[in-house]
Amino acid sequence: MRIVVCIKQVPDTTEVAIDTEKGILKREGVDSRINPYDLYALETALRLKEELGGEVIVISMGPPQAQAIIKEAYAMGADIGLLLSDRKFAGADTLATAYTLAQGIKTLGKIDLIITGMQTTDGDTAQVGPGIAEYLHWPHISYVTSIIKADLKTLTVTTDMSDTIETQILKLPALITVAKDINQPRLLSYKLKLKTENRAINIIGYNDLTKGEEEFFGLDGSPTQVERIFPPQHDIKREIWQGNAVKLAQCTIAKLKELRYL
Amino acid sequence: MSYLKILTDQCSLCGKCVEACPFNALSQNLQLEVNENCRLCGICVKACPFQALVIERGAKPTANLKSYQNVLIFAEQRGGKLSGVTLELIGKGRMLASKLGQKLFVVLPGDRTEKLVSELKNYPVDAIFVYDHKELAYFRAEPYTAVLYDLIKELKPGIILIGATQVGRSLAPRLATRLRTGLTADCTILDVKPNGDLIQTRPAFGGNVMAQIITPRHRPQLATVRPKVMTPAAKKPSHPKQVFIREVKPEFLDSGISFLSILPKPQETSITEAEVIVAVGRGLKKAEDLALIEELAKSLNGMVAVTRPLVEAGWASYTRQVGLSGRTVRPKLYIACGISGAIQHVAGMSGSDLIFAINKDPEAPIFEVAHFGLVGDFYEILPALIKELE
Ligand SMILES: Cc1cc2nc3c(=O)[nH]c(=O)nc-3n(C[C@H](O)[C@H](O)[C@H](O)COP(=O)(O)OP(=O)(O)OC[C@H]3O[C@@H](n4cnc5c(N)ncnc54)[C@H](O)[C@@H]3O)c2cc1C
Ligand SMILES: Nc1ncnc2c1ncn2[C@@H]1O[C@H](COP(=O)(O)O)[C@@H](O)[C@H]1O
Repeated sequence: MRIVVCIKQVPDTTEVAIDTEKGILKREGVDSRINPYDLYALETALRLKEELGGEVIVISMGPPQAQAIIKEAYAMGADIGLLLSDRKFAGADTLATAYTLAQGIKTLGKIDLIITGMQTTDGDTAQVGPGIAEYLHWPHISYVTSIIKADLKTLTVTTDMSDTIETQILKLPALITVAKDINQPRLLSYKLKLKTENRAINIIGYNDLTKGEEEFFGLDGSPTQVERIFPPQHDIKREIWQGNAVKLAQCTIAKLKELRYL
Repeated sequence: MSYLKILTDQCSLCGKCVEACPFNALSQNLQLEVNENCRLCGICVKACPFQALVIERGAKPTANLKSYQNVLIFAEQRGGKLSGVTLELIGKGRMLASKLGQKLFVVLPGDRTEKLVSELKNYPVDAIFVYDHKELAYFRAEPYTAVLYDLIKELKPGIILIGATQVGRSLAPRLATRLRTGLTADCTILDVKPNGDLIQTRPAFGGNVMAQIITPRHRPQLATVRPKVMTPAAKKPSHPKQVFIREVKPEFLDSGISFLSILPKPQETSITEAEVIVAVGRGLKKAEDLALIEELAKSLNGMVAVTRPLVEAGWASYTRQVGLSGRTVRPKLYIACGISGAIQHVAGMSGSDLIFAINKDPEAPIFEVAHFGLVGDFYEILPALIKELE
């Protein structure tokens, strides 16, 4: 089975903050890493390869620095890495990102399955996976929680729909996005890391993909525009109470009664 | 806008392109014609022996913005039950439509939908479009996309709202891609400019940032809307409305997905439905102490929720997690015990009607969100509360 896994380099979101004066994101000095949700996608692919044989190809769209996460994927067991990098890809929203990735995937020959993370931690959209599937006219299932059966023609998967558990058979080629519950991603192997240190990463740009379709890529190809960003705000009139536990409990009950909660 | 150009002089009406087109976008009668199904894939260009087809690439893709009017919302149902977010979408959609002086439409794909239609008729919508078929009972990406695309092509709404549920977040991106238009995920605030631009606000970067997004050059504008954030529509059965039953063409149902089983999940009620929630965070010293939280929740007829570290420690199930990567809740009463108030947690509970917080640390950020903050140890306060309640 030839499997493509889409991985993205994201900033460590716990460190992202807003420069309130300038209204821009402070991203300097923030560490980058592989989108944590993509590790589940990669793990899913590696397990399928171990079961069925084949190849795991990781693909990412991003600046040249994103080679770092492809190296990481090599150290987990990915076989081939493809980086789509071009100034013309910059400023892409999910529509243009999905388009670019779909074009990149088309250069890879016959692919049986594409796996993406359920969402990124910077964009949080969960849109790129289904977008790629639509561009390729492949079926897709989002938020897969387990793969029950797999062969070269079909995948039997379950999804947890909060009120039901659904088991579906998916004809390949297809795309799935995987939920966090699907597995426990392996750690990066030091041995593999040494072994793959010099493995090449294919870097391709706009001219390798297609000619004369500038308007589908990057900013030009992005219908959505971020007008502004601002810090989340809570404007609530609040009361803070101090005192011993019994008094605090009594105040609480009195308040709940006053507001007719009791 | 890019389009498929037909050089009539060169065309011999051989029909090779019509056959090759995977989207039924070409037809020929007296001359070859291309319809809106065309996705500029270029397969016909390659199939044509006479070079009679070219893809003309324009500048930026823009739609004739003015021709897209009215608001369409997606009524999500699963196995014959309307999901709660649908009423929230109607509430918001009504407000946007009224502000623009436009109409509010609802599209409902499902199976045996009569009951749902009469339910929807209670609300202030102008028209309900129904696609009723056995195979639409449960969501699958391609049939639902095909059905909505069928309606949208004809209706040309300016704004489409879909719940940011598991279904909506799978459907909306597929649909937006087919429409080649913008989609903003998981909006928590929506408004509209007089020119019809939808102002979409959503948390990003793990809730550290709010982003305000518009789709100025494309129509329709699509947004998924976070459940439990918008106020549900009030009933208004007197509002005049029309119902249209739409044809489900067999090709809409083409799909690479088939169901093996749909099993009901052993149903503990979800915390998203609870009216009272007692939540606990890392202030909890050990898993057994959850009993104390349970006890208070029980005496208030509520449910227990937790912060993420407790789920990660294996002390509680993921279904109990409130926050950005957990559930969004909007109970009447939320009591936070030993929770610091990290932005990712707050994102999931700040819509609660009334918030109490108990924390030892007077500087804890949860006090900025709480209506009433109790500075103290919940291990002492909860037993006192439980006693008072008896
Ligand atoms: C992308 C991303 C998504 C996330 N999603 C979520 C999410 O969905 N939900 C979520 O909850 N978190 C989420 N987090 C984690 C979040 O950032 C915080 O780490 C988490 O919410 C903190 O949980 P806490 O308040 O229980 O723990 P802490 O921050 O450790 O706070 C414990 C609090 O308890 C108080 N305390 C201790 N003992 C007592 C006592 N006896 N009585 C009273 N007070 C006491 C302390 O003063 C302290 O304020 C996410 C993080 C990231 C990066
Ligand atoms: N630039 C990118 N390069 C590679 N994969 C991506 C990129 N952006 C998104 N993805 C994939 O799409 C998934 C969903 O991303 P998002 O729609 O941004 O939440 C991620 O988990 C990745 O698997």
